[in-house]
Amino acid sequence: MKAYRSMVLVSSDAKSMQSGAQEVYQRLQEEIRAFKLEDEISLSMVGDIGRHDAVPLVIVYPEAVIYGPVKPEDVHYLVEEHLYKGRIATCFQAPVKELSGRIAWLSARKDTLPAEQKIVTGRAGIVDPTSIEDYIVHDGYQALGKALSSMTPAEVIEEIEKSGLRGRGGAGFPTGTKWRFVAKASGKKKYVVCNADESEPGTFKDRLILEGDPFNILEAMTIAAYAIGASEGYIYVRGEYGLAQERLLNAIHEAERMGMLGKNIFGSDFSFHLHVHSGAGAYICGEETALLESIEGKRGEPRARPPYPTTNGLWNQPTLVNNVETLANVPAILRNGAGWFSKFGTKSSPGTKVFTILGNVNVTGLIEVPMGITLREIIAIYGKGMKNGASFKLAQTGGSSGSIIPASLQDTPMDFDSYRNAGVSLGSGALLICDEDTCVVDLARVLVNFFRFESCGKCSPCRIGTQRAYDILTNISEGTALMRDIDDLKMLSENLTELSNCGLGQTAGTPVRDILNHFRAEVETHIRLKVCPTGVCPMSGRKV
Amino acid sequence: MAEDHKKNGKVIVQAVHEAVKRYGTSKDELIPILNEVNRKVGYLPGEALEEISRQMKVPKSQLFSVATFYHMLSTKPRGRHVIQFCESAPCHVAGGREVWNALREELNIQNGETTPDGKWTLITTSCLGVCGVGPVIVIDNDVFGNVTPDQLREILARYK
Repeated sequence: MKAYRSMVLVSSDAKSMQSGAQEVYQRLQEEIRAFKLEDEISLSMVGDIGRHDAVPLVIVYPEAVIYGPVKPEDVHYLVEEHLYKGRIATCFQAPVKELSGRIAWLSARKDTLPAEQKIVTGRAGIVDPTSIEDYIVHDGYQALGKALSSMTPAEVIEEIEKSGLRGRGGAGFPTGTKWRFVAKASGKKKYVVCNADESEPGTFKDRLILEGDPFNILEAMTIAAYAIGASEGYIYVRGEYGLAQERLLNAIHEAERMGMLGKNIFGSDFSFHLHVHSGAGAYICGEETALLESIEGKRGEPRARPPYPTTNGLWNQPTLVNNVETLANVPAILRNGAGWFSKFGTKSSPGTKVFTILGNVNVTGLIEVPMGITLREIIAIYGKGMKNGASFKLAQTGGSSGSIIPASLQDTPMDFDSYRNAGVSLGSGALLICDEDTCVVDLARVLVNFFRFESCGKCSPCRIGTQRAYDILTNISEGTALMRDIDDLKMLSENLTELSNCGLGQTAGTPVRDILNHFRAEVETHIRLKVCPTGVCPMSGRKV
Repeated sequence: MAEDHKKNGKVIVQAVHEAVKRYGTSKDELIPILNEVNRKVGYLPGEALEEISRQMKVPKSQLFSVATFYHMLSTKPRGRHVIQFCESAPCHVAGGREVWNALREELNIQNGETTPDGKWTLITTSCLGVCGVGPVIVIDNDVFGNVTPDQLREILARYK
């Protein structure tokens, strides 16, 4: 491990890349070489830094000064001033809202956003995601070392159970219990599968974790494999995430080189092999049994359950399927202990949750906060209020399978149980915040269209139900629907929930149910008066 | 014409061979192989599926059912450039519908169609995971975010 005087990081999320991050990176390389500083300064591209208003960002540590937006032609001056002469080039610093002058953004964030707590995304944007050495310096592989050297598999499972960690994919199933099921199941061979088929609209937390901190997932999967007795694992990454796949393949290669993956890990008897499997564009493959079908080279159609994957999973063997965010918590729990972890969040849902904030707020982006925060807090603190001073009408959680949360529920603590009691769902962590100009019929139509498009077609309630619901919503938006269509919609949504085979169909009726529960008057206005109160819907049928 | 077709067939078989060599013939590599051939040839012609079926010892019917299931695989020829338009809620709320209308008008084709000159294919897609910068369109592998209707002409002009 080489010691460097300074560390320079360039953001490389989609927006940065589009704004010329690659060119800035190349210019930095050239300039650092030109000043003969290459032995003193490390330069790397990191993923999403979580701030989108001034990309591409260049961060210089240890001072933690943030520059942005940086143009290629600024690079020469920046390198000369900051890296060569050691003065902060204030003219290129990213604007820090409410704080003036040369205050480092990260520390500034700590002061202004006291509630944010980074367990899962803590390393993203700070480490070089392509370097295993860098990961090790930042506490990497401590947890695996601890597990392999001083804990039995049963003790690892017990620690995870004690921590109270629950699956972050949306269902909130206790992770430790799942691990125990697989550990107990009998089979010739067991598998660990990481579900990285993140396709919930509005959710990109897993991409950030995979791109920014891939070794963390490798370590977590290796720990899981040790705990349940698996010898092989798959990371199922959606086909659209090219960069994440590249980083994972590199990470696997590096970990194998260092003896932290593959045969006889850390010189122990334990061996674990890991593959990256690319999806090919199907939302349904995020459902765990569909995902397993897809790995086996078949159509991604969900299996009938039970039997569950914990006993009959991949190639009919016991299989542990965990979401990226769930796994990302595991090394930190083993490192710091279950007691440490359960201090965060609420009693029934300990730990943190990563949310992506989108829609009509002033600041969109990604945050990691303790469970139990409220929507009002998120909008006010992290979203910096509604855009243009508009008022908050509703939020849509967890991508398309989440709920529509009306403003009246904005003070409900966001944890699995409180939301369930309020009749809504936390979903996968996307928060689409909508103001009063959003039409609920139009929104529901877009959401249902998504399910119509993505339904695998295996079972009829989902295949036909989503199409019918879409047709009715289209009629409502065009002013050609009748009042009895509302009853049909209600019935369709109930049928979807009760009769569908898998999670996709079961949640496909949620948007319809929610708008009828919370915004029925607005829907009825469309039908009775043939008027869209927000003026969004075309209402083209009115002229006929 | 016949010669052309033969040559094309060779290219296809070659692409299949390379993909199989790279990934092996284990069943769990089927989708990666289909993905790779689709990327190289542009779509999955009948010859490709036949060759894959021979090499992997998988029935053609199963290959066809898999190839038609996933959005990223296509059994029909596509245009030189494929435009994917994200139609999920976050992009929709951010002004996606105006972009979608402008896009269809500009290219004069509907969803799933290819322009007569074989240059563009327009498809809608579900969330691409870049919701922070919606509305989003993806042309081949390039992501364009915060797209407005009046930028479209300039973006499309970048492609030959």
